[in-house]
Amino acid sequence: MKGRDAAIDIARRDLLKGGAALVVAVAVPGIAFSRPARAAALSPARPLDPGQLDTWLAIDRDGLVTGYWGKMDMGQGVDTAIAQIVAEELDVAVGRVTIVFGDSALCADQGGASGSTGLERSGVAFRAAAAEARLVLLERAAVRLDAPLEALSVRNGVVQIEGHAGRSVTYAALVAGGTFDAPIGWNGEYGNDLGLSGRARPKDPAAYRVVGTSVPRKDIAGKILATTEYLHHLRLPGMLHGRMVRPPVAGARVGRVRRESLGDIPGVQVVVDRDFVGVVAPREWDAIRAARQLDVEWDEAGAGFPVTSDELFRWIREAPPAASKIEVDVGDTASALGAAAKVIAAEYEWPFQSHARMAPAAAVADVREGEATVWTDSQKPFDTARGAALLLGAQRGTRRAPAVRSVWMPGPGSYGRSDAGDGAMDAVVLSEAVGAPVRVQWMRHEGHAWDPKGPASVVTCRAGFAADGEAVAWHFHLKGFSRRDQNSREDAPSEVLAGHLLGHESTPQWVMGTPENSYGFPNKRYSWEALAPLRRQASPLRTSHFRDPYGPEVHFAAESFIDEMAFAAGVDPLAFRLRQAREERDVAVLQAAADLAAWIPRTSPRRRREPGGHFVGTGIAYAQRGGSVNAVVAEIEVDPETGRVRVRRLWVGADHGLVVNPFTLDRTIEGNLLQATSRTLFEEVKFDRRAVLSEDWASYPILEAADAPDEIRIRQIDRPELGPRGAGEPTTRVVPPAIANAVYDAIGVRLRRVPFTKARVKAALGAA
Amino acid sequence: MTETFTIHVDGEERTIAAEGSMPLLYALIGDLEKRGPKFGCGLAQCGACTVLHDGFAVRSCALPLAAVTGKVRTLDGLAPTGRPHPVQAAFIAEEAGQCEYCINGWIMTAVALLERNPTPGDPEIHTALAGLKCRCGAHMSILRAIRRAARTMAGETPERSDA
Repeated sequence: MKGRDAAIDIARRDLLKGGAALVVAVAVPGIAFSRPARAAALSPARPLDPGQLDTWLAIDRDGLVTGYWGKMDMGQGVDTAIAQIVAEELDVAVGRVTIVFGDSALCADQGGASGSTGLERSGVAFRAAAAEARLVLLERAAVRLDAPLEALSVRNGVVQIEGHAGRSVTYAALVAGGTFDAPIGWNGEYGNDLGLSGRARPKDPAAYRVVGTSVPRKDIAGKILATTEYLHHLRLPGMLHGRMVRPPVAGARVGRVRRESLGDIPGVQVVVDRDFVGVVAPREWDAIRAARQLDVEWDEAGAGFPVTSDELFRWIREAPPAASKIEVDVGDTASALGAAAKVIAAEYEWPFQSHARMAPAAAVADVREGEATVWTDSQKPFDTARGAALLLGAQRGTRRAPAVRSVWMPGPGSYGRSDAGDGAMDAVVLSEAVGAPVRVQWMRHEGHAWDPKGPASVVTCRAGFAADGEAVAWHFHLKGFSRRDQNSREDAPSEVLAGHLLGHESTPQWVMGTPENSYGFPNKRYSWEALAPLRRQASPLRTSHFRDPYGPEVHFAAESFIDEMAFAAGVDPLAFRLRQAREERDVAVLQAAADLAAWIPRTSPRRRREPGGHFVGTGIAYAQRGGSVNAVVAEIEVDPETGRVRVRRLWVGADHGLVVNPFTLDRTIEGNLLQATSRTLFEEVKFDRRAVLSEDWASYPILEAADAPDEIRIRQIDRPELGPRGAGEPTTRVVPPAIANAVYDAIGVRLRRVPFTKARVKAALGAA
Repeated sequence: MTETFTIHVDGEERTIAAEGSMPLLYALIGDLEKRGPKFGCGLAQCGACTVLHDGFAVRSCALPLAAVTGKVRTLDGLAPTGRPHPVQAAFIAEEAGQCEYCINGWIMTAVALLERNPTPGDPEIHTALAGLKCRCGAHMSILRAIRRAARTMAGETPERSDA
């Protein structure tokens, strides 16, 4: 412990001092876990100018390469893929490349984990940086070896003259532990849009040796052997444990706080600031007891929700929209529907869902007068630092806000704007209040009931057919809550729970979603209406981005309805999609999934029943997302006794552009598929007029091992010419409709409300 | 009221001064600095905190310190000689899990199962794993790893399976 703490102090001192010429190796929590035994030195003197190569790459005296990455890996192996790209362009062994990420003092802001852009954006930027670094090194080697550039080649970090094996120089010798001191073209943007380009041309994909291979994830062993330090293990000298106290009714205001109710719990302090209530204590169990025991009088006037989850969809249908938009308008949909020989319509409902991370929010904050450090597992640590600085500035009023550094450490998986950003700000407020480092850990009920939610919605679809049965018009209309009641980044006090409790007004934005496909109906309209949040301030139902925001909701409706259209037209659902899809990549994934599944054409539900009594069916769905496109066929069983739906097999046609690492891509797709299956079959946030009632795994069940499919088969369509495309989210949206369509095939009934609980399926069977 | 408890963890006698009602998990993480067991729910609903208590998989977040009477084994103590336990080796080979926060529960539960029954069928595996949560949806790789560990412990040498 001592050694590490000392190392932190050195790191902080040197980093904040800045300008120190000495290159020192330091152990920073959150980085140590991923380093090889002797990693490249971390230089506090490194510039963070994106236009400098040294911002992105370093090569130490032993030739070990470090990449300083401004995005994040949340367990899908994206950092390994970045290391592969760097190794490929530099011509070094991938084992000699370490990727450092998540430290706002060491890495330039490439937006954190955001929108499945880890490879699509930052991977392409690193490809340019690594290619440029190689060129700079070759130019130096040409001088050193007195040879023309074109005579040089690189093998595993050694530059040699073709045909003269004896005349060579290593990368390590060329940089000698120093810097590149060379520019790289930067487009002037930060975040997801940060782009780099150099003089060097990246390799032709045909020459790839490392990209496209299944390099193992580097972080796995430490986590399985229990040597990795998670955020949850971090302990600082003098650190106190914090717990929050939440009101029994959403939005209740703090009245009298009876500190005497804590009795003799040792060392406990209570922090009350407007509606923010927390406790800290030297021992964690004491903080937990104090939070439970603290007697707070709550003022419930004006608190609560205007509706319960049981009445939610009626509310959504009837509530006046706060904003509306027609996103896509091809032809004249209204007239075409009016003139159609046949019109079908259907509505689809999706509830609020919780990120419900494996562990609720945790963070450690050490707020000092002029500087502050936040250790967080947020997927957007640059925004954690930004938001903390603004929050502290507001708390201090005229006093100056400290410079904030955020350091990511591994935590439970993160699938968007989860509670991580809220927990970090709680720790910041508590540390500022008590003048000591504070570790905050939310309790389970907070992780479920107080984290940001995925939005609830109702989709209405209408389609028109000509007399010959041809589909001529489709209107898709989404009405629901915005997916961004609070920003997808914790970058301001208005965007976090603690900020709301301290009086910063929330700033909801109207962000919705529409289908992504290449269907060529001659008349097509996609429109939406957004509703104001049910509570504006400090709401446990405030929405923010949850994996593939509005993707599963929108495509559950869109791809279920496409199935309904196919059957209405008397056409097999696969053939219907193949006829309407206009892009070659879309057709390819549909055919790949259908091939794997040995798809059997049908023009009505088959209602197959096995000797054991289960109904069995298959269904298909496809969707684009950004630059990726996927199709999935689901085979499901329905147990008519219990109403249980189980997914047996999933066959996927997957096109994510250039495949960097086939093994981790498969794993990433599997995670999408299973989490989406869980959201489709099990997940719904329940609430009454007082509070969210889904507050643990019993009241918010998710998929378990026995619900896992028997088999998943994925056919990856590698498209090197496109470069890498996002994979963290795109296969989420195709799962709900594929399951719904398979249930229809099995029992002949459309399930149009998620989740497909046993009770709902039994009711549907009764109606069949 | 703070009392002193002596518990047997990973082959060592350890003394903890705490309330008897404090769950074992807080002693493991806070006092003994174990990195295997994790806090997930505090309600015995997810399994992230699982340890072996006299060979049985138990939820340390819901086991009061005063009730710890047997020998506790944690993920940290699974490889005392430095050589990974066959279950750990299988999880590494399959790259089982994603964020790995939950992985402790799956590994410790699998160890408890396989050390008692090295040749379980899928129904036995599902029964043993009931209640464990993985929010990343990495169940396929976890199940592959457990089946692989079973094969290893039965003397076979499996390859890394294709997804």
